[in-house]
Amino acid sequence: MPYQRAKFYQVGSFAVGNRLLAPSERTVQSSLARTNSLTSGHRACQGCGEALAARYVLDAAMAATGGKVVVVNATGCLEVFSTPFPETSWRLAWLHSLFGNAPAVASGVAAALKAKGRADVRVVAQGGDGGTVDIGFGTLSGLFERNDDVLYVCYDNQAYMNTGVQRSGSTPPAARTATTEALGPEPGNVFGQGKDLPAIAMAHGIPYVATASVADLHDLEYKVERAMAFRGARYLHVLVPCPLGWKSATAETVRLARLAVESGLFPLLEAEAGEVVAVTPLRHRVGVEEYLRPQGRFAHLFRGAGRPDIVARIQQVADRNIARYGLVQEAGE
Amino acid sequence: MRQIEGSQAVAEAVAACRPEVVCAYPITPQTHIVEAIGAMVRTGRLANCEFINVESEFAAMSVAIGASAAGARAYTATASQGLLFMAEAVYNAAGLGLPVVMTLANRAIGAPINIWNDHSDAMAVRDAGWVQLFAEDNQAAADLHVQAFRLAEDLSVPVMVCMDGFVLTHAFEAVEVPTQEQVDSFLPPYEPRQVLDPDDPVSIGAMVGPEAFEEVRYLQHAKLVRALEKIPQVAEEFYHSFGRYAGGLVSPYRTDDAHTVVVAMGSVVGTLKDIADQLRQKGQKVGVLGITTFRPFPAAAVREALWGARVVVVVEKAFSTGFGGVLSTDVATAMGPLRAPIATVVAGLGGRPVNAASLAALIEGSERGSLEKVTFLDLNRPVVDRELERMGARRRSGPSAENMLRDVASQAAAQEG
Repeated sequence: MPYQRAKFYQVGSFAVGNRLLAPSERTVQSSLARTNSLTSGHRACQGCGEALAARYVLDAAMAATGGKVVVVNATGCLEVFSTPFPETSWRLAWLHSLFGNAPAVASGVAAALKAKGRADVRVVAQGGDGGTVDIGFGTLSGLFERNDDVLYVCYDNQAYMNTGVQRSGSTPPAARTATTEALGPEPGNVFGQGKDLPAIAMAHGIPYVATASVADLHDLEYKVERAMAFRGARYLHVLVPCPLGWKSATAETVRLARLAVESGLFPLLEAEAGEVVAVTPLRHRVGVEEYLRPQGRFAHLFRGAGRPDIVARIQQVADRNIARYGLVQEAGE
Repeated sequence: MRQIEGSQAVAEAVAACRPEVVCAYPITPQTHIVEAIGAMVRTGRLANCEFINVESEFAAMSVAIGASAAGARAYTATASQGLLFMAEAVYNAAGLGLPVVMTLANRAIGAPINIWNDHSDAMAVRDAGWVQLFAEDNQAAADLHVQAFRLAEDLSVPVMVCMDGFVLTHAFEAVEVPTQEQVDSFLPPYEPRQVLDPDDPVSIGAMVGPEAFEEVRYLQHAKLVRALEKIPQVAEEFYHSFGRYAGGLVSPYRTDDAHTVVVAMGSVVGTLKDIADQLRQKGQKVGVLGITTFRPFPAAAVREALWGARVVVVVEKAFSTGFGGVLSTDVATAMGPLRAPIATVVAGLGGRPVNAASLAALIEGSERGSLEKVTFLDLNRPVVDRELERMGARRRSGPSAENMLRDVASQAAAQEG
């Protein structure tokens, strides 16, 4: 970890305690001067993790660049709920073109700024997991490969929520979606599929890749700030619970995001030039069941006798992540 | 005047327009154009320009969209499959009102895969909301690009300059290449209508529901209708700056007293002018109407040029499968009350040479009413008939294209033997 985290062990969370910090160490979100890049009045569902993450990320990017950010947005929930014409919730320069081309459009914006000598203006592109790992994957890989000066942010809620919760290449195994129903002997999404986009981004050797969670605001803001310190292609992958698609209580969004991290299913990491340089160790490790149970999309794993066999397979996925990234440090280490 | 390849002439004309972002994805036959521009960026001859090698045509148009929205003059080129692959972004650029300029090196669309010239690609996106200009020769191709940037930026619409693949792109002709001084005096720097600017933030590309979508579309239509006035004005100004005429809506040739008027687009217009001269020597009053602006369609200018015609023949390098001519349909609509019969000749598909003698014979007979509603020029009837027979006889008759290629080869062998 290249920075010293403030520790608030007494409450078990990093999300509180700003008032205990020196003003310079407080989050951007805690400041009255934050941009509110995605301001109130938009049409996101109650408890939307994506709306939360988008504001966190863009306010941090605006703070890091002195307000010189241009945003390119892929089609999806975020675009639809934020701009029902003639209203817009964006308090920054914002462009939406298509579902699968946000990375390429962002490359175009970056090229235009370069041609015009506007090195002060920075480009952030953003989309959901469908727009990132599936339909926009080709253009995203092109952006990475050319190392264009863009921060691309994926808000991953693990399915196509905007069209009614269909499976994407980011849907986890066993999760129920409208196209992977909880039916038959292997209910929900199948095992052994899907893309690990942070790893794919790292394989491009781009300057900076990180994962972040809406449950860890300090860490998320640090990673955005860090990303803006680099030139070239950067990738930030944020897990954003979706009460609609995950069939979870709207008050549970941040808790579920934290459990995803603490179970080891969503490791928090940073990589530079293709190499992992930092991970967030699990201070308080939980079993995957604690994360899965509150989510209706996994209800079929716990109904009646339940499916302990499937839960065990998901636990294996978490264990593999923990071992791979060294998320649990042995005592005395 | 320089003896120069069409693609090189276009590349130089585009470079003289000082594009700020050029994106390139290779597809035959447009490659020479972007290669040449890329080289000019490398040497610094074209300054302040970002040249981007993208990973697909979809990305090429998307990069152009982003660049244009950020206030840069953006250019790309494509053809055929590439145009279809970027089709979603082609519509999007028009919907956003972004003045992107693109060269379309017209080429057939597969299957069967075919790299040679026809107009199917341009026809596939005729309703996308772009201005579509067709070049008759390489001088026109070079000059139309200079006018295209001017038109696009004046009207805030994207403009596609269509030039026949290989026939023009790879042909060496004498071309007066637009000079930097001339272009600078004709084309002011790009001043966008709206731009992505952190100091004056706007949201571009918002969702529009039923309450305003029709109005947005109507405005797009109104802009293209306005282009019908703007295009001749720009051509006129171009004439004053460059001393030669190019562009405009239509180019009539000997139509004033013509009994038969042949309508066409692109390089075949030159062939048709020769045929008209030839037939006039035999006493038949033939004229040619070249369509320079296909979208917006210049209905009034077409009607005026066809006023005295007794027969109208439309020669097309594309058609609407299962119906007939595309341009013919537009011409027929434009003719309105004019009663002259109209016949379509589909010619030059997939690079098939347009045989002047065959075409002249068809046109010659047209006044006697010998032309069918739709004629496929030089169609190899026996080969088609044999395949139709095969298809009728057996369900698993095999792939038609391959069957017919075999038949054509055996026909050729029989002729040699």
